[in-house]
Amino acid sequence: MSEEFKIEIVNPEKSFLVKEDVSEVVVPAFEGEMGILKDHISIISFLKPGIIKILAKSGDENYYVEDGIVEFKNNNLSILTSTIFNVAVMDKSKQEDLLKQAEEEAKKPEINDQSKYLADQKVEVLKNLN
Amino acid sequence: MASLDDLKKRIASVKSTQKITKAMKMVAAAKLRRAQESAEKGRPYSEKMNNIILNLSSGISDKENAPKLLSGSGNDKVHLCVVMTSDRGLCGGFNSNIIKKAKSYFAKLVEQGKDLKIITVGSKGNDQLKRAYGDKIIANISFKESKHANYFDAEKVGKMVIEKFQAEEFDVCTIFYNQFKNVITQIPQAQQIIPLNVENSEEDKSEDIYEFEPDEDEILSNLLPKNISTQIFKAMLENSASEQGSRMSAMDNATRNAGEMVDKLTIEYNRSRQAAITKELIEIISGAESL
Repeated sequence: MSEEFKIEIVNPEKSFLVKEDVSEVVVPAFEGEMGILKDHISIISFLKPGIIKILAKSGDENYYVEDGIVEFKNNNLSILTSTIFNVAVMDKSKQEDLLKQAEEEAKKPEINDQSKYLADQKVEVLKNLN
Repeated sequence: MASLDDLKKRIASVKSTQKITKAMKMVAAAKLRRAQESAEKGRPYSEKMNNIILNLSSGISDKENAPKLLSGSGNDKVHLCVVMTSDRGLCGGFNSNIIKKAKSYFAKLVEQGKDLKIITVGSKGNDQLKRAYGDKIIANISFKESKHANYFDAEKVGKMVIEKFQAEEFDVCTIFYNQFKNVITQIPQAQQIIPLNVENSEEDKSEDIYEFEPDEDEILSNLLPKNISTQIFKAMLENSASEQGSRMSAMDNATRNAGEMVDKLTIEYNRSRQAAITKELIEIISGAESL
């Protein structure tokens, strides 16, 4: 039996990515990174800013996400996210833009704890990208 | 009867109007294809979102302490209505249909003694509602600058709605938009987004047991604000497809009507030209006879 399952990433505008030959996905879940293999129990969780690592037969890919929800059911992994970029094709200027935005957000005085945490996460992940 | 010169001018003017409506129809048709495509592409996201929320809310342990966005504020006094229309006119009954639907809803609310607050999205709706409900409109948002409906605009509206809800400015929120069925038919919709109508959705709940990380309540309270933006985004996509469809059929009609008018005017023009010739002939003949 093959050890592969299906992943689908959707953003509000379109279906971003569909892959059928995925062997492992590591998602930055809110309470820590989570690796998902075939026949994982059905799970719903949400994401913090970070990198989604997709290990597939057709090649590995990394995506940067700012938020999202993951649902795994019957060997179908769906990820809903509003902001997602492929790390391999993301250029420096875009990365710096995002970093600047995140840093500004983190500096806002009226920010609450959770948003502050999320913004700090963004900064950290973006800085470690290169 | 109008003089020959006048008729000639009218024919020319109707013809140039026809050219404009024809061009607008063509533009609308091209835009429609794109808008329809993005409406279809956007559907999986909102459907999946809905499914997850459905699964979550059926698994929620403590109904009393459920997030307010799901269960409501416990009151049913102040209603917020988000009326979504276009920024441009000349699109047939598109805007009036939404306004009509919204107005009948408003009238019902007022009859029941509820308080009413209105947010208009798109300048056309604002124009039409200003007269009757001007004092109820608390905000007007317009996205004239953005060419396509995009998620960030929707998020702006969503955040505004949520902020107002958290400030307890209203209890129930309903959005009005046109659902795109096909080029000829657009159905005005009233959809309640706060509190969320979970029972209303007919999709069968899956029996699967999910593991949640963190627990249901926390995921829900994170997810529901996103769902508001998603629903508004969906409405915006449907609206923009509807707008183009409506404009296309309106302009098609206008082009046809202009064609008919040109035909009618041409016949009238020819008739009066012939009458003038006949009149001249009679004058010449009777002049010759009298000699």
